[in-house]
Amino acid sequence: MPMACRWGPPAVPPTTCCEPMNVAAEPSLLAILLLQGGYNTVVVMLGAAALGAAAGAVGVFAMLRRRALVADALAHATLPGVALGFLAAVALGLPGRSLPFLLAGAAATALLAALSIHLIASRTRLPEDTAVASVLATFFAAGIVLLSVIQTLRTGGQAGLDVYLLGATAGMLRGEAITLACFAVAIAAILALLFKELVLVAFDAEFAAAHGFPVRVIDLAVVALVLAVVVIGLRLVGLVLIVALLVIPPSAARFWSNRAASVTLISAVIGAASAYGGAAISAVAPDLPTGAVIVLVAFAIFAVSVAIGPARGLLPRAFGSRRAAAGEAA
Amino acid sequence: MLQQLQHDTEWPATAAPAPIAVRNLTVLYGGQPALADATWDAPRAGLVAVVGPNGAGKSTLLKAMLGLVPVAAGTVSFGGEDIDAARGRIAYVPQRSAVDWDFPATVLDVVTMGRYRRIGWLRPVRRADREAARAHLDSVGLADYADRQIGALSGGQQQRVFLARALAQRARIYLLDEPFAGVDAATERVILDVFRRLDAEGALVVCVHHDLQTVAATFDHVLLLNRRVVAAGPVATAFTTEAIARAYGVPLGPAGSPADDVL
Repeated sequence: MPMACRWGPPAVPPTTCCEPMNVAAEPSLLAILLLQGGYNTVVVMLGAAALGAAAGAVGVFAMLRRRALVADALAHATLPGVALGFLAAVALGLPGRSLPFLLAGAAATALLAALSIHLIASRTRLPEDTAVASVLATFFAAGIVLLSVIQTLRTGGQAGLDVYLLGATAGMLRGEAITLACFAVAIAAILALLFKELVLVAFDAEFAAAHGFPVRVIDLAVVALVLAVVVIGLRLVGLVLIVALLVIPPSAARFWSNRAASVTLISAVIGAASAYGGAAISAVAPDLPTGAVIVLVAFAIFAVSVAIGPARGLLPRAFGSRRAAAGEAA
Repeated sequence: MLQQLQHDTEWPATAAPAPIAVRNLTVLYGGQPALADATWDAPRAGLVAVVGPNGAGKSTLLKAMLGLVPVAAGTVSFGGEDIDAARGRIAYVPQRSAVDWDFPATVLDVVTMGRYRRIGWLRPVRRADREAARAHLDSVGLADYADRQIGALSGGQQQRVFLARALAQRARIYLLDEPFAGVDAATERVILDVFRRLDAEGALVVCVHHDLQTVAATFDHVLLLNRRVVAAGPVATAFTTEAIARAYGVPLGPAGSPADDVL
């Protein structure tokens, strides 16, 4: 089937309207962290920070509503979509790596995965985690097969596709970074608007339903927000590790506060700091996969939070801080 | 049996529709009836105990009334209205084990949730809402705990938080699922106190209860369940040794056989 794509024209070289980053200077990590890394690097880092903030905030509700595994399955299920988007673009005579095609494909197969999980869990007696694991593996396998088929094509441009597996800032365009930031702002606005309802359903869905709140719609909103974060985060973090950006910042934030609003804000800050730091390191060492670096930065913040977080960190407990032991709100 | 039931309660059958009217309600769990053909009219007001052995469908009845579980057959109406029209006047206290007490919320946050419906969709919680919630927290003796994380409370205190959240709804009908289960003596006194207050205000309190010993002392009315309605009415007439024996001792008849003749 994919052989049909051979009639596509050779890939057009990347447009030159926006300069890829990492072109000229080689500033130090400190300089980059202080936004001295050149215009493109700065834009990419700010875009990354916006994505990290959105992921951290949305992740709080994915975690509280126990949707972390579903988020991971959705992320892995974007791979066949990315491949199909590539093939569709090539078939239409466009450069294979047209972002709108790749992201639309990613969203489509991730949605299909979400639907599959829902159907398997609700129509069979299989537990949800079994459904999630099967769907994750199946969609990822389909993506890997499609990717290897694409590698055999003579269309060109496929070399950049592996970016979507592990993420990269290298070659990221200014326009892409600005798109990330816009999405992040939109997600923040939706979260702020729905905050009360999201917390209510996350804490006590049965009470919310008895109270007349549409639990299913609110749950769908959480999945939609997770899906949005996953899809816009693919380019930077990669589909294998994007779930970490949804899970680690909220887990770390929980050690700093006992209230949902503060946990959400702190999680957004931790997500932003991780993505910002990771993107900066990746600007210094473009060969490192950005997603992996971001996750390691996030984990470092998590480790510090577990140790000293005032709400339930190990040190505050060990030193018998009465306030922490009594669980007073931070 | 229906006529008999309505006669047992304290108002004529011709009056306005009962605050809760359950008609031929059947709920299936995995193909098995958790509740079979239940018909019941709640009294106009007062304290009602829902009593029966484990698996008798007590919690299921509350959830089915609220539309929280799918109903296989039958209807529930509230003063002649459908549940969605009546939600504003119904408060629900789920079992304490139904939520994760490690959730990042303070005691006051949870009680304030009782006002969310009143606040409305997408509108922020205001200071007045938190002050109202604080007053209800005070009424269950937990004013000093407002800023604690909910997981730092004892089981009984958690139950009181749920009760305060229900009170914050300012409802007419209160549906409580095992509020006395595993609570300390202080909490038991607080709950009884709240029940008395609600009773005096003319509210209807329907409470799933597990302790047969305290039914007569605490409640005016009883609904004895064992997947079917075994008996219902004022405690004095319906809560008989024979009815209790039927609810707890006698196995359920073959499917479809009426349990209606027990009164």
